[in-house]
Amino acid sequence: MIAFYQDLLHYEFLQKALFTSIMVGIICGVIGSFIILRGMALIGDAISHAVLPGVAISYMIGINFFYGAVITGILTALGIGYINQNSRIKNDSAIGIVFSAAFAIGVILIAKANSSINLDRILFGNVLSVRSSDMWMTLIIGAIVLLTVIFFYKELLVSTFDPTFAAAYGLPNKLIHYVIMILLTMVTVASLQTVGVILVVAMLITPAATAYLLTNRLWFMIVLAALFGAISSIIGLYYSFVYNLPSGAVIVLVATALFLLAFFFSPKQGLLWRSVRTKKKTVTIQK
Amino acid sequence: MKQTIEVKNLSTSYYGKEALHQISFSFDTGKLIGIIGPNGAGKSTLIKSMLGLIKKDAGEASFAGMSLKKVRKQIAYVPQRAAIDWDFPILVLDAVLLGTYPKLGIFRRPSKADREWAYECLEKVGMEAHSKKQIGELSGGQQQRVFLARALAQKADFFFLDEPLVGIDVTSEEVIMNILKDLRDEGKSIFVVHHDLTKVGEYFDDLILLNKKLIKSGPVKSVLQPELMREAYEAQFSLLDTMGVFS
Repeated sequence: MIAFYQDLLHYEFLQKALFTSIMVGIICGVIGSFIILRGMALIGDAISHAVLPGVAISYMIGINFFYGAVITGILTALGIGYINQNSRIKNDSAIGIVFSAAFAIGVILIAKANSSINLDRILFGNVLSVRSSDMWMTLIIGAIVLLTVIFFYKELLVSTFDPTFAAAYGLPNKLIHYVIMILLTMVTVASLQTVGVILVVAMLITPAATAYLLTNRLWFMIVLAALFGAISSIIGLYYSFVYNLPSGAVIVLVATALFLLAFFFSPKQGLLWRSVRTKKKTVTIQK
Repeated sequence: MKQTIEVKNLSTSYYGKEALHQISFSFDTGKLIGIIGPNGAGKSTLIKSMLGLIKKDAGEASFAGMSLKKVRKQIAYVPQRAAIDWDFPILVLDAVLLGTYPKLGIFRRPSKADREWAYECLEKVGMEAHSKKQIGELSGGQQQRVFLARALAQKADFFFLDEPLVGIDVTSEEVIMNILKDLRDEGKSIFVVHHDLTKVGEYFDDLILLNKKLIKSGPVKSVLQPELMREAYEAQFSLLDTMGVFS
């Protein structure tokens, strides 16, 4: 532990890695809270895979991969909505069709176009190779996400909880949906460095689901989800560094461990307390 | 001059299949109006298309001479209970507080006065003791009362409730109907989608009888006629007769 702390003071790359992964943990938790409450977990997975062709194209034409990724992410969201609304294909099937196609295009583009892109790094991330420009990008994305959620908290809450009521007083639900999609894409892009395309969905869903088990207030759920995301990142980075393990996978497993703790021991929903309560009830009834 | 709520030639369809065919009616404001008809008659569809929640193919609705756009913030809508995610992390009082959102507009947060007003609305439906519970911990009738409290919090002039009395306890039904009658006496206009025909006579001033098209609208007595009901309910009619709906 002390050695890790000294290394942290010593190595700039480690500081950048820590800062970036904490930021990613926080924004994944915040956006993830809305994703799970809106039943969009599968879309989160889809968007994260769909940024791949965007990343490849950005490398090919030499722009920051952020722009390409956001564009293909949003095209995917639109494509899913379009198929869903114009045919009898259900939403989950539409998601499956569109994102696997986008992912396949991405794999081919990366294989053919430029051998200098490391597919593994995009798929699984490597937080220890975060550059300063990546760190700044994550910070800017984080600021946009947090400010949007703070300013439009009221609207996000009501359109997530009761969209018909929201529409009845004139809130543009569709616009809100696409704003969340854009934020989701940006968060995914920011997470590429730390956990990679494949595991982003875990960072979106697991900390938020853990928080969901622990509270009955949305704002507190968001705060807890951000906290769990950050804690997973810190502990995950530590073990990844000390034992030389792949960072994304370790971070995700720490998040999963936190979820399991809440799942079994949460005072309200935890399996343990529930079974204790049932036993107590049975005892009282028998008396 | 008397003001009216008017619907003219309203038609709606789902996936190319017509759900409502050229509905027209007009009611004075300040009435408690029941919308009745068999399953699949388009009762919910009627209020949703009046409120612009689903696209209509043709027709228009006006509220006291004003278009939907102008009165939107004067409309309180209570959705069917099945449309709500009752596991959502929100407490009872906070759910009622949502009723103050329409008039707050974007960026402004509810104030302390808004919270107190929400609490008052909870008291009106007799649910203040449950203000700190998560909404899913309530019974069906209590949930419906909380949503009525949210509608009250909106300080609206027009109320639209989608099957508020389905599957709820007797006390809640009484509380809800009393509040709706009070609102009516204050001059508010209230539309209620309703499917249990046994008490329509007691509950409503006017009725809209639907089965994809308008069968009849007007005062309760003029609508509750055997031949009209037969036309609307077709196969189910003899059952209604034995239930004593027309006595």
